[in-house]
Amino acid sequence: MPTSKPAVLALEDGSIFRGLAFGADATIAGECVFNTSMTGYQEILTDPSYFGQIVTMTAVQIGNYGVNDEDTEAAGPKCSGFVVRELSPVVSNWRSRLSVGDYLARHGIPGISEVDTRALTKKLRVDGAMKCCLSTQPISDEEAVRRAQSWQDMAGADYVKDVSCKEPFIWRAGDAANHNAAYFPVGTTLNAPAVPAKKFRVAAFDYGAKFTIYRKLVRHGFEVQVFPATATAAQVREHRPDAVFLSNGPGDPAALPYIHQTVTNLLPDFPIFGICLGHQMVTHALGGTTYKLKFGHRGGNQPVKNLETGKVSITAQNHGFATDPKSIEARGAKVTEINLNDNTVEGLRHTKLPVFSVQYHPEAAPGPNDADPLFVDFYKMVEARKAGKI
Amino acid sequence: MIGAKPLAIAKGEDRQLFKEAMLKIGLDVARSRMVKSMAEAQAAADELAMFPLIIRPSFTLGGSGGGIAYNKEEFDRIVANGLDLSPVHEVLVEECLLGWKEFEMEVMRDHKDQCVVICSIENFDPMGVHTGDSITVAPAMTLTDKEFQVMRDASFAVIREIGVETGGSNIQFAVDPVTGRMVVIEMNPRVSRSSALASKATGFPIAKIAAKLAVGYSLDELRNDITRLTPASFEPTIDYVVTKIPRFAFEKFPDADATLTSAMKSVGEAMAIGRTFKESIQKCLRSLEIGARGFGGGGKHGGDDQFGEEAINQKLGTPNAERIFYIRHAFRAGYSVEDIFDLTKIDPWFLHQMRQIWEMEEELKASAASEGSSRGNEAGASNSSLLTSAATTGSRSALATIDTTLLRRAKQFGFSDAQLAHILKSDMATVRAERKQRGVKTTYRLVDTCAAEFEAFTPYYYSSYGDENEVMPPKGKKKIMIIGGGPNRIGQGIEFDYCCVHASFALREAGFETVMVNSNPETVSTDYDTSDRLYFEPLTLEDVLEVYQQEGCVGAIVQFGGQTPLNLASALKANGVNVIGTSPESIDAAEDRKLFAAILDKLGLKQPANRTALSEAKAIARAGELGYPVLVRPSFVLGGRGMFILYSEEELKAVVRQVFDVMPGKPVLIDKFLEDAIELDVDCISDGETSVVGGMLEHIEYAGVHSGDASMVMPPHTLPAEMLATVRKATYELARELKVVGLMNIQFAIKDSELYVLEVNPRASRTVPFVAKAIGVPLAKLAARIMTGAKLKDLGFTREQTPKHWCVKEVVIPYVRFPGATIALGPEMRSTGEVMGIDDDRGLAFAKAQAAVKPGLPQKGNVFISVKDTDKPRAIEIARSLAQFGFTLYSTSGTAKVLAAAGIEVKRLAKITEGRPNAVDLIKNGQIQMVINTPGGLVPRRDENAIRSAAYAHNVCIMTTITGAEAAVQGVRALKEKHVGVRPIQKYMGNVDLV
Repeated sequence: MPTSKPAVLALEDGSIFRGLAFGADATIAGECVFNTSMTGYQEILTDPSYFGQIVTMTAVQIGNYGVNDEDTEAAGPKCSGFVVRELSPVVSNWRSRLSVGDYLARHGIPGISEVDTRALTKKLRVDGAMKCCLSTQPISDEEAVRRAQSWQDMAGADYVKDVSCKEPFIWRAGDAANHNAAYFPVGTTLNAPAVPAKKFRVAAFDYGAKFTIYRKLVRHGFEVQVFPATATAAQVREHRPDAVFLSNGPGDPAALPYIHQTVTNLLPDFPIFGICLGHQMVTHALGGTTYKLKFGHRGGNQPVKNLETGKVSITAQNHGFATDPKSIEARGAKVTEINLNDNTVEGLRHTKLPVFSVQYHPEAAPGPNDADPLFVDFYKMVEARKAGKI
Repeated sequence: MIGAKPLAIAKGEDRQLFKEAMLKIGLDVARSRMVKSMAEAQAAADELAMFPLIIRPSFTLGGSGGGIAYNKEEFDRIVANGLDLSPVHEVLVEECLLGWKEFEMEVMRDHKDQCVVICSIENFDPMGVHTGDSITVAPAMTLTDKEFQVMRDASFAVIREIGVETGGSNIQFAVDPVTGRMVVIEMNPRVSRSSALASKATGFPIAKIAAKLAVGYSLDELRNDITRLTPASFEPTIDYVVTKIPRFAFEKFPDADATLTSAMKSVGEAMAIGRTFKESIQKCLRSLEIGARGFGGGGKHGGDDQFGEEAINQKLGTPNAERIFYIRHAFRAGYSVEDIFDLTKIDPWFLHQMRQIWEMEEELKASAASEGSSRGNEAGASNSSLLTSAATTGSRSALATIDTTLLRRAKQFGFSDAQLAHILKSDMATVRAERKQRGVKTTYRLVDTCAAEFEAFTPYYYSSYGDENEVMPPKGKKKIMIIGGGPNRIGQGIEFDYCCVHASFALREAGFETVMVNSNPETVSTDYDTSDRLYFEPLTLEDVLEVYQQEGCVGAIVQFGGQTPLNLASALKANGVNVIGTSPESIDAAEDRKLFAAILDKLGLKQPANRTALSEAKAIARAGELGYPVLVRPSFVLGGRGMFILYSEEELKAVVRQVFDVMPGKPVLIDKFLEDAIELDVDCISDGETSVVGGMLEHIEYAGVHSGDASMVMPPHTLPAEMLATVRKATYELARELKVVGLMNIQFAIKDSELYVLEVNPRASRTVPFVAKAIGVPLAKLAARIMTGAKLKDLGFTREQTPKHWCVKEVVIPYVRFPGATIALGPEMRSTGEVMGIDDDRGLAFAKAQAAVKPGLPQKGNVFISVKDTDKPRAIEIARSLAQFGFTLYSTSGTAKVLAAAGIEVKRLAKITEGRPNAVDLIKNGQIQMVINTPGGLVPRRDENAIRSAAYAHNVCIMTTITGAEAAVQGVRALKEKHVGVRPIQKYMGNVDLV
């Protein structure tokens, strides 16, 4: 619920946005980013890729449908702070269990409402992503700006270690807590295909994976064995997987040499599919490079063109870094998909090895399901490999 | 056919085919069973296992005989009745979705099978009210991403299954608020009313893109005009809230049922954009132009009257046009959100938002009360406010001491200065000055399709109260503001938008920057590329003035948007706006009885004898002085609201109360009515030096039918040249006297070779687009140029055009939408549209106009003819001609006797009150192809109206005036004797000598 308690958002350039506090009583610093999705704040809050970031929603009315048990991408919210224009005074949805304010308070994350999020978004668009400080405590503007400026930039920092699981585990489809079934209202099936009878074993690296990636892998015929980001190639090989999956995750992809090495090691021997940070890990494993985008792509309406089929999908995206196309084309891979807004790389495929990856999120959650067939492609690739065809 | 093929249209529109298609693709629909007996009905009820149930008899008129059964007893009764009424003895028993949440998705598909959602819409009014009659909000507010994505995937599955290959579609869903069950209601395999709304709401031009997709482009090949750099293959994301509220015209159809149902009854709509829902809905309520200022804060529906529980429950429990205002009355009477939800099923999220608005009003009131009294105390304690005299504390104190943060929040909640003035007991100008001084200033934000992710190049704005003003710097050209017409309503429709759009085009061509302000999403004026700058704003003084000032316009045009901008003209001028063209004083002079009479006297022109009365008794006395028949009407109304033609004191006594009630406290005008006079509409353009008649339109009906509802012929078909010369002279003299700079419309009446002036409107009239098309001269464009200083001689239009072809105007009146309404042409306008028939032959031009409004003139079959006594002599000639053309004539006693006496063969029918079969039976059986029925009194008798209703319902050609019937005979003759050809309108323009 909104409060009448003041809160402040300070940017490293000295800009101050005032508003009202919700969520936890706290002062935090992080990178300020904006997301243009009109629905799905619960998935965004719980997406581990937002670790270290303070997320601004460009959509105005936030919190309307509260928070429910099913639509979570991690055990709790993962971003550092939450910025909205208006927080709903009430939750209204048959699945809702909790208000956003209560949910964030429970997990120690502060939020600020009544902020002119459009003005903030324009600033980030023009000046680029910025360090910022969000406080729901009584601190001075100067202190807030100082905290923003003194925040350790994410460049060069390993955020993955903070969000990856500590031990390997199996993602169990039957576990009710995993909410593995696709959401369909009663009476609606959309003729969703049945889970393939033949199961393949996939070793999934958790760099901060969204639960829905596991859910989708299961629904597309995989048994999912999750490994921490620090797991070695040998540990994975010991599991004898049919394929390897590289997940999304937060932070600077260049700052993860141990992962690059592990993936380089596995590349020649397994069918591999990477999403988001996983795609950047493929890039680095191949010897390619990534660079930071001015303000990133975060939203559910990003047009991606598949250069092989010529078709455009509307995709969910959440990334601040991108692959340098030249760097991978020199290393045996080719760009398969590009973002039509800015022509940045959205997908690549190795020309010889059964390896492909995408920068966007085919698992959606939140966002459109248009790219769901990529999981089918992955399954077919593994199937072909097992049949000795590739 | 390109885009959607006939099969797709059939699949989308046929109930059964659609249901099967939906089930095939794994979607849910309302469960239903078709039954033919009570036993089957019982089985169906058991199977559906729930109440309420909807019962829909097959093939009954307007769904009559159906209903909702809440229990077994009601069910048995309605089914039995329905089976009896249905000609095929069949009823549909269907699950009832009343009260479910309702959503719409606007989707597009291209030939590469790429699909995108342009906009999601959530209905404020739940299931049970037609979406066209519902308050709707974009984007959807209460769906999680999972629920939204299922709806999105479902929408794509629907457009693919129905087979719309390229283009846009609208798909409607109902969602059970308790279980989340999602049901497809319907899909429109085409661009719809909602697509227009979605286009304005998002900045994504659906129809324009759909047209390009239809000729083979794919979405990724097209650019997003607004961002320029990004493609059209994306989904707009918005960082504001859009509200649409329908505009109704029940006052025009007092006999019709004003309950909102699944049959659409609204005649227009307003849309507003705000940063939040609260801002958006308050702006939209004041955009409606029905006297409401918003949600409370005075004005119509927003006052402090207390309503009883019974009135509130009734207004909340049954959907109606005022329901939204009763939500506030309910809060004021102590109702909780839950109480209101129980009555309305409006989602609690919306109700809480409305409650926040009401709470803000209360907080402001409380703050005003406490500040007012505490200030009074302080005044004694401190001497600092010596300058504040006791006189000003009353009006200024509440405002002056109110907390600035609260004031800003109130503005962010969409409160207008007028609302604040009412709440804080001040006046608008003071509120405005005070808040500006405190820095609570209007900022304009961009509609950019992308929530600021990319730079936008199209200046499409809405006002808000935020940190940043995004108004783009001027290009150095002079700016002219054009004020649009607001929501469509009866009397003010797209004709005025046509004029505004043409004005914008003409002035852009002439090197001005044009600034459009309007609140109607159904218009071209609110396309982002019509004007240099577009402001989607309510048309109130506060909103319009703010745009004018912030943009630094050099002039504003008020004479193109109909009554809406005219009503603002004087206030705008008083606030320093340079109103260009004819001065507001001249416009007022034409409206003011005394001033106008003086002008006519000076010019030696006549008007019907007239009087003014301020009381019912005076009105009756004055009418007696004039002698009957008289025409009485309230002052200050458009579209003939409350206007009556009365033939006796008894008739006057019966309605006089009603007339005074339209504008309480305002005088009622009484004119001697010129019976059987010929009426003439003249549109004229003048630059102050030169005046040119654009066109003269002779009414087919005699004077007494509102010019908006009259069918007309251009050029005049019965008036002699000398009379037209007199008319021309009078027109030019009036233009000169009123110092018209721009357009002027005059209504004349001619009786016994005498010319009378009925009305002068020194502004663009409803007939301007018609005349412009008839003569091929862009009158509105020329007028806009004139208003900015050009002269007609420089623009090359100095000679009146007399086309050699004929143009006939016919109107569309939505009787079928208002069952029970009186069907007759009269002084109160009720048409919602019009058509033009054009041909070298007058009869064919009339026949084409009739064909365009449907069903068109028949060429064979049976004609039912029944006319009032005074029309009987002329009916003989009509009947004789029809008989010669091979029609069989049917009639009732009076008319039949007269026709038989004239030697015309006629079959007699019983009057409705006498027995059967009667005319209604024959109409229902498809045995009557044309009805000629002229009313015998003030309103048609009950039996006459039954015949007329049946004719409209069964799509039978009907003439309700004797002159209309005569024109119909000419039309039928022309159809029989001549060839109907097709020719582009440009070819007709060869008939016109332009210079």
